[in-house]
Amino acid sequence: MVTNPNAGPDVSVARGVVARFEKQYAVYRRKKQVTMALFGGVFALCVITALITTKFSLWTLVEGIPRASEFLARMLPPIRLGTFGQDFSAWYWGAGEWFNSLLNTLLMAYLATILGTLIGGAISFFAARNLAHNYLVYWIARRVLEIARTVPDIVWALLFVFAFGIGPVAGVLAITTHTLGAQGKLFAEVNENISPLPLDGIRASGGNWFHEMRFGVLPQVLPNYLSYTFWRFELNVRSATIVGFVGAGGIGHDLFTAVQLLYFADVGAILLIIVATIMAIDMLSEKIRHSAIGKASFSH
Amino acid sequence: MTSQLIEITEADIAEERARNPGAFAAPLRERMKAWMAWVAATALTLFCLHRFGFLSGDFLHGVAKFGDTVISQMFPPTGYESLGMFLKAIGETVAMALLGTLLGAVVALPLSFLAAKNMTRSRPIQFGTRRGADLLRSFDYLIWALIFVRAVGLGPLAGIMAIAIVEIGTFIKLYSEAIENLDRKQIDGVTSLGGNGMHRIWFGVLPQVLPMMLSNTLYMFEHNVRSASILGIVGAGGIGFLLGDRLRAYELREACLIIILVVLTVYAIDYLSKFLREQLIGDHKRREPIDDAVQV
Repeated sequence: MVTNPNAGPDVSVARGVVARFEKQYAVYRRKKQVTMALFGGVFALCVITALITTKFSLWTLVEGIPRASEFLARMLPPIRLGTFGQDFSAWYWGAGEWFNSLLNTLLMAYLATILGTLIGGAISFFAARNLAHNYLVYWIARRVLEIARTVPDIVWALLFVFAFGIGPVAGVLAITTHTLGAQGKLFAEVNENISPLPLDGIRASGGNWFHEMRFGVLPQVLPNYLSYTFWRFELNVRSATIVGFVGAGGIGHDLFTAVQLLYFADVGAILLIIVATIMAIDMLSEKIRHSAIGKASFSH
Repeated sequence: MTSQLIEITEADIAEERARNPGAFAAPLRERMKAWMAWVAATALTLFCLHRFGFLSGDFLHGVAKFGDTVISQMFPPTGYESLGMFLKAIGETVAMALLGTLLGAVVALPLSFLAAKNMTRSRPIQFGTRRGADLLRSFDYLIWALIFVRAVGLGPLAGIMAIAIVEIGTFIKLYSEAIENLDRKQIDGVTSLGGNGMHRIWFGVLPQVLPMMLSNTLYMFEHNVRSASILGIVGAGGIGFLLGDRLRAYELREACLIIILVVLTVYAIDYLSKFLREQLIGDHKRREPIDDAVQV
């Protein structure tokens, strides 16, 4: 057998390596397949259990489709082009009241964003690992924030309605509570991520504590604070549209009443107001966010 | 080599200030603008406080009542004899979240390809799908639940549908963004080997986006357990139904127990979901866009 004395040993080594690779790859693949099968099996089991628990029936769903489409059809009353003005004003017969509720909704979201951000921002300094010196205070601050944001805002609304009666005050307080929990957590993370270098620089050039905070900390955290606050306002407008379901003010109250009384056309009109508002707020907020923060770069 | 600190005098500073005023302070107009924004925000806040009656005696009365009656009547929580019923309702809540999220993901997956700029050539279709998704997302779960309770009746089905509808919107957005960010080269590779459209998606697109999609879907499931826990307040099944019932009947101690159970469940699901994400995808850190898309 003629072999190339130089290539011979190399080929056999390479063959060995390839064989070893193939073997290990097969083992790896088998392992992965078993894991995936296991996950898949558990997942399928979960889905089946869920289907049984909720008594999910496709039939009820199919049965509901004509009812839902009838619902939808009745939400949009006939609007003819010839008598557009009349038809439209008949549809929006409650416009005055609804727009007043809408204004309340927006103001509720605004006030709750401001109050929640102020309180949450204050707590965030105690909930930031690098700024809190007392572990007990840190722990309490973290738990307070956690409870405030884990209990859903609609539950807070139900509780506040007991004490403050039906109306926007309960709604504002409910959204404020949720906001302070969420903002406190996010702000604490921002506080933990600041770079100490600018502070060192300011101290080295003779700045005092106030200078450190004003020129070292604030420029680092403010863009993120502002960005989170605008974003939170968007979310709070959504919340403010639903706290009215339990009597905590805003346009949700009108929507809830209309659904309960089966005033379909009103439901359609109010939903249209809500969706237009939310889309407008999202766009506006994005614009403001970009113009307010575009100049300062994000710190992380 | 020795270095020497240069003595800076007030005159030097003044000279530098004259040469480069922007380095010392923002222009007056900019500062005025910032001040105006702060003043306007404060004025609007005060107006809101006044409008909603925060500045009246009624508010202080409410605060006292909240402390005296509401908080003191919540503790200690009771109702342990109905624990079995509560746990069953919590199981129903988690099941609603699971099915709603799954249904939303299954419907959204094909639609997200339509909504991705790099997959759909027709701008109107791509743009329309995106806006449709925005429309579905812009109503809160509770609004959809309220409507579906009317359409399919009281019970978990209405809750599942409410979650599924919102999730179709969210997943179309998240999935299509993931698809838009993928690496074109792998798809070109499949094309150059003669693969058709199905092959391109199966071998070129899905391996790249699937980990991200799975992670997002798990995260939304986690989020939806929270949402599902309140849908019952408008009659859409789950633990929220019992919670709303107890709160409206002023059974605050039992309501407190339910709230504690819900919070514990949410924590448990959070940990499970985090564990699964790490196991399945090695996703140690939560990805940024998802946190922007949903409420914390």
